[in-house]
Amino acid sequence: MTGGLVLILALLAIVVAPWVAPTYYLLLMLPFMAYAVVLLGLNLLFGYTGLVSFGHALFIGIGAYTGAFLAAHLTVRSMEVFLVAAAIAGALVAAPVAALCVRYVKIYFGMLTLAFGMVFYTFVLKFYRLTGGDEGLPFPRPALLGFPLDAMPKTDYLVGPYYYYSLAVLAVATLGMWRVVRSPFGLCLKTIRDNPAKAETLGIGVTRYRWYAFMISAVYASVGGALLGPPTGNVDPTLAYWTHSGNLVFMTLLGGFSSFFGPVLGAFVFIYLQNWVMSVVPYWRLIFGAILAVIVIFAPGGLMGLFARARPAEVARG
Amino acid sequence: MILKAEGLRKLYGGFCALDGVSLAVGAGEFVSIIGPNGAGKSTLINILTGVTPPSAGTVRFKDRDVSGIGPVRLARLGMARSFQLVQIFPDLSVLETLQAAVVARLGRGTRLFASLSGDREVQEGALEVAELFGLGEKRHVPARQLPQGDKKLLDVASAFALRPEIILLDEPTSGVSTADKTAIMEIMVAAAKRIGIQAIIQVEHDMDIVFGYSDRIVALHQGRILADATPAEIRADQRVVDTVIGRRARVR
Repeated sequence: MTGGLVLILALLAIVVAPWVAPTYYLLLMLPFMAYAVVLLGLNLLFGYTGLVSFGHALFIGIGAYTGAFLAAHLTVRSMEVFLVAAAIAGALVAAPVAALCVRYVKIYFGMLTLAFGMVFYTFVLKFYRLTGGDEGLPFPRPALLGFPLDAMPKTDYLVGPYYYYSLAVLAVATLGMWRVVRSPFGLCLKTIRDNPAKAETLGIGVTRYRWYAFMISAVYASVGGALLGPPTGNVDPTLAYWTHSGNLVFMTLLGGFSSFFGPVLGAFVFIYLQNWVMSVVPYWRLIFGAILAVIVIFAPGGLMGLFARARPAEVARG
Repeated sequence: MILKAEGLRKLYGGFCALDGVSLAVGAGEFVSIIGPNGAGKSTLINILTGVTPPSAGTVRFKDRDVSGIGPVRLARLGMARSFQLVQIFPDLSVLETLQAAVVARLGRGTRLFASLSGDREVQEGALEVAELFGLGEKRHVPARQLPQGDKKLLDVASAFALRPEIILLDEPTSGVSTADKTAIMEIMVAAAKRIGIQAIIQVEHDMDIVFGYSDRIVALHQGRILADATPAEIRADQRVVDTVIGRRARVR
């Protein structure tokens, strides 16, 4: 009950923010919403299926590059086309990658995803003619729902129409994932996370379900990657670099992977905290490393775990 | 015959764990497999349940060769099992565990956007099994918080929720206090009747349980079948009493 109230208040705050909050903070909401989509997907794999991917930046890269590529080589300017194309490209790449990775678990799964991430990173770095190499590709301002919006000043576009567009995509992604984790399919994933050998004796094909979960998470990450394009304005290989994948795992741990909204909260805190720490001291990674260590040792359930401990009546479920 | 194994051999390197074991189980039978440690009981169960392929011989379930086909397909065909070491889903509640089994049985696992809580067949199927096993009141308790006896019951209950035709129980009462053993057996036998399970095969060390519930007892020794007979005949067979039962009795 309280959880629902907090959610409604949070949603309300996000909706009214463009009228009251300073532009600077509003601009940070855009990567937050993009990462939230990515992490909803990543956590289906992490929190619900029990597989930790260290290579999901690969799919952020796929999504962002798909949009930039369509713009640069085919002069497409529609955000809807970018999102759909990102989802398709992500699924196409994920299908064989997932098929290989889900045959392994634990550290081997993590290392394989990391390896594929590195392969893709090197690919975009070296295939200069297609990808622009280390300079990357510009991600031109897309039309939203068919409206060009080119006449608007860039910031107005981002904190106005694009802000709400991102919010709508996040809302749809959240509702979709909410249904998935509460479906019979979601329950099967949880059995696999808890005890794969037992799941098999119930007739649940572990490898097949892990593949499905990987595919969904990859599509989410690709869509999130495309969403990240317009506020960044330029896509470059660092999007697909392994440290970026590490950040995704960090955000998930920070918010708490055993809660549905944990990773979303993690993305929010990560982005604003990183922004603040960077403005105070030059070594944000030092601070963040220390934070990560503290979380792992003292609060393995992340921020959501702390809240749940404060309110034991509503232990993070689902 | 529901389950028929013929000439099963299993070699692990130079060691022969099973050496020409044949076994048939028909509808309505409760069969116990007994034998001292190292007799090949676990190997036999693992071959019968498709986990380990035999080195030679065949396993036929409902006239289909199922040797080595793996637990997933076997569960779908109608053969379920429980484990010697209790297997649970620690973070899932009693009801969720049973729902997972019902979802798998009905083949609804790939329903991505369907509501689990709105699926009446799954909800009622799971609740029914929970009640049968006396776990109704604990249905919302996470499995890891259950006492050991209830964990064991839940493990078995989830296999029953598959409504299999045959069920293989690997030491269903191991790790349970003597006082609880009979209670667990009573619950299982009653549940098997209600659910319509046609045959039960169990591996069991407790001779009171074995003789109290079996229609037939298969005694294994050094990878071979020493005897395959009714409890009364087994009791009269001095060879079996000496090699299998006597040894256990002395240990206790």
